[in-house]
Amino acid sequence: MSGNDVLQFLVLVAALAVAVPFMGSYMARVYSGSVSRLDRVFRPVENLLYRVSGVDSQSEQSWRSYATSLLGFSGASVLLLYGIQRLQGLLPLNPGHTGALSSPLAWNTAVSFVTNTNWQNYSGESAMSLLTQMAGLTVQNFLSAAVGIGVAVALIRGLTRSRTGTLGSFWVDLVRGTVRVLIPIAVLAALVLAANGVIQNLSAPHVVQTVAGAHQSLPGGAIASQEAIKDLGTNGGGPFNANSAHPFENPNGFTNLFEIWLLLLIPFSLAWTFGVMSGRRRQGAAVLTAMTLLWAGSALTAMALEAHGNPLLGAGVTQHASATVVGGNMTGKEVRFGAAPSALFNTSATATSTGSVDSMGDSYTALGGGVLLVNMMFGEVSPGGVGSGLYGMLILALLSVFIAGLMVGRTPEYLGKKIQAAEMKLVAIYILLVPLFVLVATAIAISIPSVRASLLNHGAHGLSEMVYAFTSTSNNNGSAFAGLNGNTMFLNTALGLCMLFGRFALIVAALAIAGSLGRKAAVPDSAGTLPTDTPLFATLLIGVTVIVVGLTYFPVVTLGPIVEHLITHA
Amino acid sequence: MSTPTATHNRLSLEPALVRRATGDSFRKLNPRTLARNPVMFIVEVVTVLAAFFWLKDLRQNSTATNAFAGVTVAWLAVTVLFANFAEAVAEGRGKAQADALRRTRADTMARVRREGSVLDVPSASLRVGDVCEVGPGDIIPGDGEIIEGIATVDESAITGESAPVIRESGGDRSAVTGGTRVLSDFIVVRITSNPGETFLDRMIALVEGASRQKTPNEIALDILLAGLTIVFVFVIVTLQPLATYSHATQSMVVLVALFVCLIPTTIGALLSAIGIAGMDRLVQRNVLATSGRAVEAAGDCSTLLLDKTGTITFGNRRAVDLIPVGGADVSALAEAALWSSMSDETPEGRSIVELVHGTYFMSDALPGEANLIPFSAHTRMSGVDVAGRQIRKGAGTAVAAWTESLGVSTPLDLAGVIESISLDGGTPLVVADATRVLGVVHLKDVVKPGMRERFAQLRTMGIRTVMITGDNPLTARAIATEAGVDDFLAEATPEDKMDLIRREQGGGRLVAMTGDGTNDAPALAQADVGVAMNSGTQAAKEAGNMVDLDSDPTKLIDIVEIGKQLLITRGSLTTFSITNDIAKFFAIVPAMFVTQFPALRALNVMHLASPHSAILSAVIFNALIIVALIPLALRGVHFRAAGAQAILRRNLLIYGLGGAVMPFVGIKLIDLLVTALGVH
Repeated sequence: MSGNDVLQFLVLVAALAVAVPFMGSYMARVYSGSVSRLDRVFRPVENLLYRVSGVDSQSEQSWRSYATSLLGFSGASVLLLYGIQRLQGLLPLNPGHTGALSSPLAWNTAVSFVTNTNWQNYSGESAMSLLTQMAGLTVQNFLSAAVGIGVAVALIRGLTRSRTGTLGSFWVDLVRGTVRVLIPIAVLAALVLAANGVIQNLSAPHVVQTVAGAHQSLPGGAIASQEAIKDLGTNGGGPFNANSAHPFENPNGFTNLFEIWLLLLIPFSLAWTFGVMSGRRRQGAAVLTAMTLLWAGSALTAMALEAHGNPLLGAGVTQHASATVVGGNMTGKEVRFGAAPSALFNTSATATSTGSVDSMGDSYTALGGGVLLVNMMFGEVSPGGVGSGLYGMLILALLSVFIAGLMVGRTPEYLGKKIQAAEMKLVAIYILLVPLFVLVATAIAISIPSVRASLLNHGAHGLSEMVYAFTSTSNNNGSAFAGLNGNTMFLNTALGLCMLFGRFALIVAALAIAGSLGRKAAVPDSAGTLPTDTPLFATLLIGVTVIVVGLTYFPVVTLGPIVEHLITHA
Repeated sequence: MSTPTATHNRLSLEPALVRRATGDSFRKLNPRTLARNPVMFIVEVVTVLAAFFWLKDLRQNSTATNAFAGVTVAWLAVTVLFANFAEAVAEGRGKAQADALRRTRADTMARVRREGSVLDVPSASLRVGDVCEVGPGDIIPGDGEIIEGIATVDESAITGESAPVIRESGGDRSAVTGGTRVLSDFIVVRITSNPGETFLDRMIALVEGASRQKTPNEIALDILLAGLTIVFVFVIVTLQPLATYSHATQSMVVLVALFVCLIPTTIGALLSAIGIAGMDRLVQRNVLATSGRAVEAAGDCSTLLLDKTGTITFGNRRAVDLIPVGGADVSALAEAALWSSMSDETPEGRSIVELVHGTYFMSDALPGEANLIPFSAHTRMSGVDVAGRQIRKGAGTAVAAWTESLGVSTPLDLAGVIESISLDGGTPLVVADATRVLGVVHLKDVVKPGMRERFAQLRTMGIRTVMITGDNPLTARAIATEAGVDDFLAEATPEDKMDLIRREQGGGRLVAMTGDGTNDAPALAQADVGVAMNSGTQAAKEAGNMVDLDSDPTKLIDIVEIGKQLLITRGSLTTFSITNDIAKFFAIVPAMFVTQFPALRALNVMHLASPHSAILSAVIFNALIIVALIPLALRGVHFRAAGAQAILRRNLLIYGLGGAVMPFVGIKLIDLLVTALGVH
């Protein structure tokens, strides 16, 4: 890695360190319903939304009711988005005259955006009308993010409230999250992006003549605004097929770093929010530490691997940085970013369930690609998606407390809440369900010859492509390794099911845990209580994440990236 | 006959015990028995599966592959047997104790009062409500309550304590236990439990583990272990298609070997042994817990309610100082105190004699004929008339009233001395003769040695101690300070005690207490851990969830420590079991695929000799670690009173990090051995 690469990483860490406490405290106030000077701006908008939708903003819901509302709302969103895609040819704002999507593709895409996955089996510039992009996909980018944060906040409430049946209101959390958190920051971020060269218009594609004399169609669109929420809401579904590698989405080194900052902002901040809302900032700090170390470890590893270069490129290719050569493994990467900053982007995007890319994972070094894969395999907790990262990490904290907590001679408790059989059942379901989907789906897919035909590569790399697709969708990441053509009947359906279950089965489990914990009384802390706000606990949390979750994937990771790496380095 | 509670060397596995446990290991292979333990049950199922495939392939494969598969299957079977053996050994200790108890339950004849006459019937036919007569030398035919009479009873069959105890009707010492023997006198007993439900029966069932139910924490842990097992089922089932894609299809035996090594067999095998051994450790200390749940709750307790008398203090007030007043000479006071106590047989009186002997070296010859004046409730004084002197001792107000009635004035410094003694938690006893007030004997509740240190230890473990006493707040505070308890409840009534428990529980704390009287019963029932004294009433024993056969209330602290140790052992071995997986992965996964991908040799960090020896070594390690940990499971992880952070750091280092590193060494050593012997 060059000094510039390290500097970029340090600037990013510093920018996060400044923003996270502010953002975390702000979200804590938003979700606690504290009185704010901004009420004058936001309250009328919220009240209008409550009146229109008939929501009583004062009433709270049980976990079942919260989950029912959430599932109903998300189901309706899937249907609406499916409808828009199928009918976009008949609807306005369609300057490119794009027609309806096929039924399996529309289903896959609808599920993908509602589950905050943003897996894209289509090419944005050619398949989607501007209306679908803006009123369909972008709206879901906001709402699916707000849903995720709501679940995390409900789990915090379950952990911190005592003897209550209620966890807040889904509708209020949805409205507040969208109106007070996502929209204002997305607006600011869109302005920053547009000011730095990201396009923002409603134009039809321009056809230009290139220097070489060929004709090229340059697409238009409200890209800056979509880009902002794509990253802020850890969605990742870009308006263009090339995603953040496209110069209209991500024109230069600054926007690259800014987008990375944007996609890490809310997931890290929510750990801080947890500390504030629980009244124990050190608890939030422990979770934040575990998330940060996992993220930084994977980012620095991939950066070093990619900067070091790829032995597959052979002796004829110069991979050493010099005045004229960027250096490193530059296949599938943009020269304007460089190898290590590209790796920083992709590791951050896979560690946050964003899934946007500024370089092609398929052409990473074997282990570099493996890092991207493993980031998702940890269950998207480092720091994970907006909301889903925190609730995933808190549930891993429950597991850590359960395994190691007995070692201090008390039955396990987290924030004073006893972790008993009912919670353990749900925790086990939450943590083991996704590995199970990924492994079973990959095994089935790889055994069907027609599905194997969708793979670009064979051998270990082909296995990586396949397992990456199912890991990405089941964990609601949405990034594609590339190299797998996912737009087939089987894959559209299977990947869609993985996204649905990977999102909503876990959300229901997380809410059920919140409900069960909320009913319990908190045991006061004493010197005999397992401390969960110390560096030791953060270490333990990382250990449990790596060992319990990581080990289930060890054989498949061995047969994919590790074998590939060992063969190329043999 | 050896008493059931005689302590034996905990770690020596007597040959008889091992023989019995070995037999039981095979009996426990019965799937219906094993199904209680989901992890080991599935190991048994997949072992049978692997054996089937081994036999099926016997003719097709090479001899070397057959031999390897056969040995692997055998070691998988041994894994199940080792797990069964662990449980059988833990149960075996209890069974030996139960056998000893059963011998004391020999059928006796009971003399029952029925329809106006006394009939001889077998004790097995007694029912609740029957009234029996028991005379000297008779065995008490069943659990009951004395409704008439007083007797000395030999309870050594139950408690192991040879000194006889007094049991009498009315009050808190009326309960008798079936199987104990009346030594003197005659009592009438009303039977309070049916045959098969007596204390002795319950005790047998408890030590035998027959009525053992999984505790809440064990159930939660079982769910986690089952969850991990299920996910590894899928890891292995899906591995075959991936292996086939990679042109490295695996044999069934190898897949089963990997599976068994990955699922948490170590903790799965030892979990019930840990629980049984925890109960057993209580029995060793003569405490019977009615459920494992209570033992777990003991580990969780954050408030201990301790009765002052008998737990914190010896219970007898002792003379510790003589303070003359009104210018009297201290030797005059000592002489008067000694004479007035010479024939006083109460512990207080004796302690005065001891004090004077020890400190003032006075002869105990009385100067002539002494006339003892016993304590009367009317005068609230006792004393002696000797050599023409009237010597009295008693409470300050009583003695002052007496001297003033004789026209003797009360010295001015008396009130000050009395007050300072009271403030110190002591009891002032004023000594006077008919001519003047001589001084004050300072009687004091003596705190048992070592209590302060134990309370400090409890505090580091996060446990609060509350002293319960009938004393006034002044005295209570002084003793509480001296003993180092965190809080006290003075002038406590049973209702106050109950309120205190409810208040603590309302704040989410778990409360442990001891009690013996009938009026303790509601509080014992309300407390999360209620330890009834065996000397107490039947009501108290029914209400509590533990009975201390030695009737030693101090043991509550031991019980809490045993509860904690049980949980620590369970957690440590769980952590150990899970972190072990890392090394097993590094042993087996490269071995599985190294033929297809020779580059995978780089992952063979242990440099195991061959794929076969690597897999076999992991399987053997996985089986042997169970046996190696049986002593630890039975004895419990070393426990030292400390804060949670310190305990966690220590155990994470030993069982977490150790669990990750140790198998690398273990598997390597076994591999060397396996290769040297050529068994693979």
